[in-house]
Amino acid sequence: MATMADFRTSEKSWWCPGCGDFGVLAALQKALVELGRDPENVAVVSGIGCSGKIGNYINSYNLHVVHGRSLPAAQGLKLANRELTVIAAGGDGDGFAIGMGHYMHALRRNIDITYIVMDNQIYGLTKGQTSPTSDGGVQTKSTPNGNIEHSVNQMQLALASGCGFVANGFSSNQKQLVEIIKRAIQFPGFALVNTYSPCVTFNKVNTYDFYKQELTNLDDVAGYDRHDRFAAMKMLMEKNELVSGIVYEDPSSVRYEDRVRGFKEQGIVNQDWNVEPALWQKLLDSYK
Amino acid sequence: MLKEVCWQIGGEQGQGLDSTVEVFNTVASRAGYYVYAYKTFASRIKGGHTDFTTRIGVERVQAPAAGVNLLVVLDQESIDLCAKNVYPGAIVLADEAINPTLPEGTDAKLLTMPFNKMTLALGNPLMKNNIVLGASAAFLGLPLDHFKKYATRRWGNKGEEFVSLIHTAMEQGYNYVHENWPDLQLQVAEPDGKERLLMIGNEAAALGALAGGCRTVFSYPITPASEIAESLVKIFPKVGGVAVQMEDELASIVACVGAGFGGSRAMTATSGPGLSLMQEALGLAAMTETPVVVVDTMRGGPSTGMPTKQEQSDLLALAYGGHGDSPRIVLAPGSVEELIPLTAEAFNLADNYHCPVMIASDLALALFQQTVEPEAAELASMPKIDRGPLGNPEEMAALGRDVFERYGKNVNENGVSPRSLPGMKNGQFLATGAEHGAFGKVTENPANRVYMMNRRMNRIKNVKTEAVRYFGSENADIVVLAFGTTLGAAKEAQAQIEAATGKKAGVLQIRLIYPVPTAEIEKYVKGGKALVVESNAVGQFTFMLKATGFHADQLATLLRYDGNLITVADIVAGAKVALSGEGQYFVTGGGQGLRTIPDPTITLAAKEA
Repeated sequence: MATMADFRTSEKSWWCPGCGDFGVLAALQKALVELGRDPENVAVVSGIGCSGKIGNYINSYNLHVVHGRSLPAAQGLKLANRELTVIAAGGDGDGFAIGMGHYMHALRRNIDITYIVMDNQIYGLTKGQTSPTSDGGVQTKSTPNGNIEHSVNQMQLALASGCGFVANGFSSNQKQLVEIIKRAIQFPGFALVNTYSPCVTFNKVNTYDFYKQELTNLDDVAGYDRHDRFAAMKMLMEKNELVSGIVYEDPSSVRYEDRVRGFKEQGIVNQDWNVEPALWQKLLDSYK
Repeated sequence: MLKEVCWQIGGEQGQGLDSTVEVFNTVASRAGYYVYAYKTFASRIKGGHTDFTTRIGVERVQAPAAGVNLLVVLDQESIDLCAKNVYPGAIVLADEAINPTLPEGTDAKLLTMPFNKMTLALGNPLMKNNIVLGASAAFLGLPLDHFKKYATRRWGNKGEEFVSLIHTAMEQGYNYVHENWPDLQLQVAEPDGKERLLMIGNEAAALGALAGGCRTVFSYPITPASEIAESLVKIFPKVGGVAVQMEDELASIVACVGAGFGGSRAMTATSGPGLSLMQEALGLAAMTETPVVVVDTMRGGPSTGMPTKQEQSDLLALAYGGHGDSPRIVLAPGSVEELIPLTAEAFNLADNYHCPVMIASDLALALFQQTVEPEAAELASMPKIDRGPLGNPEEMAALGRDVFERYGKNVNENGVSPRSLPGMKNGQFLATGAEHGAFGKVTENPANRVYMMNRRMNRIKNVKTEAVRYFGSENADIVVLAFGTTLGAAKEAQAQIEAATGKKAGVLQIRLIYPVPTAEIEKYVKGGKALVVESNAVGQFTFMLKATGFHADQLATLLRYDGNLITVADIVAGAKVALSGEGQYFVTGGGQGLRTIPDPTITLAAKEA
């Protein structure tokens, strides 16, 4: 059984001290350990931004792609070898600005991957511009007079797009985040794990204290039914997405892989690719 | 006895001409003729002129014909557009209902038949095209039985009554011609009766991908590439593969990188606009040393350009596109037949050189049907799957963690080191588009940067593939350099150039566009003249040749960028002028003949003194 040490690397972190991403990384590693996964069978695909550097700090197969494209890469990888545990990871800018076009389609395609978003509601690595999840009115380097756009509601979007697993974690609530990620990895289909992961350097509004005060912990909401899509949508709208916990889980999700005709349990990479002569001949005959 | 004939049919899009032509071409091929079938079409579904031309012969035909023997038209617009292309004395067969007239000065016999009236009498509008087929068979001297047999096979599932109606329609068309014009039938030489294959380049590329072990395809619909994925999505359920229609070309290529990283053989197929979108991620594939294969069916550019017209104007984008310096291999097939093994080979090259391999197809190659010899398509003649440098799972497992260097100095003669695949114990590494060291960890160390850049770029300097293929006379006075669709016309032009000039001519197929096989080309051109023929405006391959040291004074270039194919006559005309020394750069098409132009590889004009 792999341990936390097996999932750590010797790489010194480039993240600022106190960055929320440390907590997300630790929760991911812990979830993988508790699920009994081995480093060589885990692949983390990340985008560009501070959070995209996560692949430097986790001992797994890591693919660090171009800005906004972690989801197509992760989907391609999963279809190449469905035996792997595939995690896509990135920030709010990577996922919901430049990568939004892929987000919508990954949600409805339902390939069995887990998407962890480290949402800090700001562009950190480029040093403090507004993000698609920044609140209206917020002053940033690119919105010195206050943000005049309103924010993306990524969890409501996910629900509306048919996503079967929608959760939100908070980087300093380790216990809950580990449970969320474990459940997300086990979910048969696309699982969204949004996390509030504060930027201690550039976001002076959405701080640890802010989230501690504002988040409604769904585990504490009596009678909340995570299998009720309507209740989930209502909750997200009422709380302006400031919730933590599993918001929705579809008990009848069917993976994309299980809907592809002729798709096998064995990863494509491990199959024999030589074509049966009879099949080849049949194909040629169709051109006669 | 004619060795070949050319049949053309024109009408409006959406009139069912596609299936009429499919029947004609298939029947001709099954009878044993070589077929080259091409079309003019517009980027719309219904309405607008369309015409289909099929050249059949008892010897290989591989380019558009110089003229048409039998033109069948369903509307006046088709006469106006197509009649200028007929051979002198050709037959133009039209529906009497349209009161057709020939453009003034057309040397052809205009014959009319009551297509509409006969169709009405049969009580099914679909029968018109079958009457046309019967009439065409009669004029061209093709046995009607072949057509009827094919109709039975093709539409047998629609019931005996329907098939019998088709047979009647075909017979009526056939008999009408025999009764009214008993002396006008063409006599085509008897074919050898051998069963050959007939397919478009996109279907050939799909077969090649299958044979090459590709089981993951990610693409976005685009003319003229869509049939590649459409073919594979039909085949893949039989072999456990998956072809995903992605949300755009950005996703398509990045999914390929993901799948390539995972170890499957991944491909995307696109055209110019998609290629432009893919450039950033092609750099990612190069930077992470991940194999991917991209088929680019070039069409008229830039931007939306002319989506349904021929061009070969993506060469520079294929070879040098995207920011920064990154290695790629660009292959160019010279025929539909060659696309099968070449596409399969692309995956072996990608796995051996750990970089993107691009296939420079073009619209005419992608969409026009050509005969494929069954021997050339045999499974046994396809390249064997070769995974290239790959870590050994047992050896790797014994290493312990943090020992395996994905980008280490344990390289082979090409400068490529074995890759580990997810699932291999102790093979974990970071594949990143950021500059990195041996384990993939990000670094901006200058010495490492130089090593890594050289490591990536040097690998393609010694690509092992058949870079060129030579046809024609040895020690030729003029060597035509051609690739893609244009190769067929060049091969047919070779003998005609010799006949017209009395000089020796050869054809050099450029099979590897990039890295440019300049030294190989020089070996074949020797003291002669090279005539590059390419379908673009700025002489992109000429530019690449010059940039890589090919002697400009030995070089001539023939360009065409009006959307039409470079013809045999274009090449013969170009070769004549090039040999005479009266010009070096020529352009043809656009309603004008061959004319001399200044160097098309643009430089700033000299200021007057």
